[in-house]
Amino acid sequence: MIADFGYGVIVATFLLALFCVGAGVYGAQTKSYRWADSARRAMLLTFPMVTIASLALIYLLTTGQYEYQYVYTVTSNSMPLYLKITAWWGGQAGSLLFWSWLMSAFASAVALRKWDRDREFLPWVIVVSAVTLAFFLSLNIFFENPFARWWQTASGEMAAMFRPSGAIPLNPSDGQGLNPLLRHPGMIIHPPMLYLGFVSFVIPFAFAIAALITGRTDDRWIRITRRWTLVAWLFLSLGLVLGARWAYDVLGWGGYWGWDPVEISAFMPWLTGTAFLHSVMSQEKRGMLKQWNMLLIILTYDLVIFGTFLTRSGVLSSVHAFAQSAIGPMFFAFIGATLIISVSLLIYRWSDLRAEVEMKSMLSREALSLLNNLLFMGVLVVCFWGVIFPLISELATNQKVTVGPPFYERATSPLFGALMLLMGIAPLSAWGHSSIKTLGRALWKPAIAAVVVMIAIFVAGIHNAVALLGFGLVALVIFVTLYEFWRGAQARHRTTGEGFFTALGRLAARNRRRYGGYIIHISMVLMAIGILGIEVFQTETQGTISEGQALSLAGYTIKFDSVAQFDVPGGHNVTRAVLSIYRGDQYLGALHPRRDYFYESGQPMTIPGVRSTLADDLYVILADWQPISAIGATFKVYHNPLVNWLWIGSIIFILGMLVAVWPDKVTSDG
Amino acid sequence: MNRIFSSGRAKFIVGGLLILAAVIYLIVSSTQASAQYFMTVDELNAKGKSAVGVNMRVSGAVIGSTIQYDPKTLNLTFDVANVPGDNKVIEAQGGLAAVLHQAVIDPNRTHMKVLYNGPKPDLLRDEAQAIMTGHLGEDGVFYVDELLLKCPTKYQEAVPSQAAAGG
Repeated sequence: MIADFGYGVIVATFLLALFCVGAGVYGAQTKSYRWADSARRAMLLTFPMVTIASLALIYLLTTGQYEYQYVYTVTSNSMPLYLKITAWWGGQAGSLLFWSWLMSAFASAVALRKWDRDREFLPWVIVVSAVTLAFFLSLNIFFENPFARWWQTASGEMAAMFRPSGAIPLNPSDGQGLNPLLRHPGMIIHPPMLYLGFVSFVIPFAFAIAALITGRTDDRWIRITRRWTLVAWLFLSLGLVLGARWAYDVLGWGGYWGWDPVEISAFMPWLTGTAFLHSVMSQEKRGMLKQWNMLLIILTYDLVIFGTFLTRSGVLSSVHAFAQSAIGPMFFAFIGATLIISVSLLIYRWSDLRAEVEMKSMLSREALSLLNNLLFMGVLVVCFWGVIFPLISELATNQKVTVGPPFYERATSPLFGALMLLMGIAPLSAWGHSSIKTLGRALWKPAIAAVVVMIAIFVAGIHNAVALLGFGLVALVIFVTLYEFWRGAQARHRTTGEGFFTALGRLAARNRRRYGGYIIHISMVLMAIGILGIEVFQTETQGTISEGQALSLAGYTIKFDSVAQFDVPGGHNVTRAVLSIYRGDQYLGALHPRRDYFYESGQPMTIPGVRSTLADDLYVILADWQPISAIGATFKVYHNPLVNWLWIGSIIFILGMLVAVWPDKVTSDG
Repeated sequence: MNRIFSSGRAKFIVGGLLILAAVIYLIVSSTQASAQYFMTVDELNAKGKSAVGVNMRVSGAVIGSTIQYDPKTLNLTFDVANVPGDNKVIEAQGGLAAVLHQAVIDPNRTHMKVLYNGPKPDLLRDEAQAIMTGHLGEDGVFYVDELLLKCPTKYQEAVPSQAAAGG
């Protein structure tokens, strides 16, 4: 009953979205305000409707109605209430509905803005949002119905919305439950964060298309969507970081990023989005790179759709995770169609989007910004090549050939290094024109400081070339950025007579995006410290020891004190070891690596014991082999230097982002 | 058209081409350095001695009864049975879970012995799909550096086989 209702609401919303498309196009063509406004109102209605459909699904999930396939696959009796609610986005069908819900929410938020100055954009923004919404709703309706129920037919069990002839309804008493590996706070908020980022990028894209169609190709669309873009980028970045943290905490291989196609598919829109954030400034300040910005936002949109498909194709950790689900061809058709239409529009308006001034100086801010973009595109091409290479090689040679993490690490690290160097130079260059002389005058002090840091690290005993170069670049970026803060505050302090810190605060407040951006630069290189630490200096050991014995690694002694095995509520068994950690004779504390075994799914889960400091992480895994006992337990120990800076950098990143998006007191843009 | 060839533009075009060349070089050289053939057990078997020592990826179905683990040395050995590599073939035979099940119970499939050193992965079990990166040794054992496991029954394809009929 509830399910039929929920499904009906999805179908009605789909029809409403189609009406939005029709009314929007007609309103724009005939310049009819009434039709455009009708489309706007219809768009506002989609949000409560998708909300109702989602509430219907959540009701089924929380009340354990396992006769519905989706409820059966993602929940079980033993799961706590909050996990049953978050199971909304725990599987494919539900997460597509969640996508639609976010899309309708964001489109409604846009529909509510004051449109006086931009009336010609309105219908087209609605049309693009409604097409995207209709696409995702259609997936729910035709392919991945969250409300389909189980039936017993002559040939076996099947899931369908309506009763197949001769079928008997099936009523399972319990469900399979969410994979225990996914029952982690990081994993519960990771998908919504990614999706928030994904869906927010639809809005700038919608405005870009509106600008292309209406021919209003100045930077108005960029100014309107500036904050949307920043928020989209924030959530996408957070989604990626949370995913990394989850991998580090749960997967028990001592790492955080495995260059899996699924990870890369979320990383690719981040790359184009980051390039876009940088290059829109050239358009705002200098009226340049307009065609390029359009291309970037179109690419970001289609990579977002591609990413949603890949992360939701249901074939995790596959080396060739393509088109195994029924929705594969639909996604590729939609990506193809939107890409062709968008690029055709771009070509049609190509000459209108010509730069207002010619780029002259190779060292000007806009030239360096373009260079930054090319490097991001380089990383994108590497990632894309890595993902599609198995397909290409199979087509070309009939032999499947894959590339793994070494490929990505080798091909991207010079590009990331160049990006860091650019992060150190570009903030000091001026718009329009910079020469080696002017740039050198600003750069020499921070550069010398960075070289001093490199020498100090070398003297301290680190002779690895990658690490030396990496830490040198990190130091350069930090010094340049602090120097920029200091220069600005000092100048303001001198002219206004304000105290230095007051001047610093007011300076940042008047120039939020710039100084927020600088904070984000610092956060990025702090993350780089963590990445260099674990990539270059990770060491590991393993061994089977009995109680009282110890392993040692990187100056630490890891002593096996005891092990206990017990059942806990929630239907799983825990095997938990107690280890004492010493450095020399000094006792540092205890670690408790454990293994959880879930009876219901027969799935074990490894939870590492981690001692985390600013200098290093000691990461201990209790390896699996029954029985783990006082006489023998196997431990694998990783020493991960500096990895904490990855997470510290993420927190500073959020702070920088808050500075950048904080609403101004007087705002002219909506 | 003259503007395109003015010195101001030329240096940007040259700069852009240099970056393009660098990216292409990075991709080509890294691909050559780290490309791995993806093979089925049958394909590897057909190659025979010529495949010994070559870095590659092989996919197979884990035969649960052969899993052996020595916690002292962390040596993990098990046998895998041949499964088709082509997704279309897998779909035609009823999906990954069914294909893995068939591979394990069919005594006529090609089997291969596998050795991996490290903690026993959580997902290693009967009828899991093992995606193994490593090389074939002279002794016919496949030495695995990286072991990826998939249990398709844990995800979407599952149907409630023990579900009570009624309603």
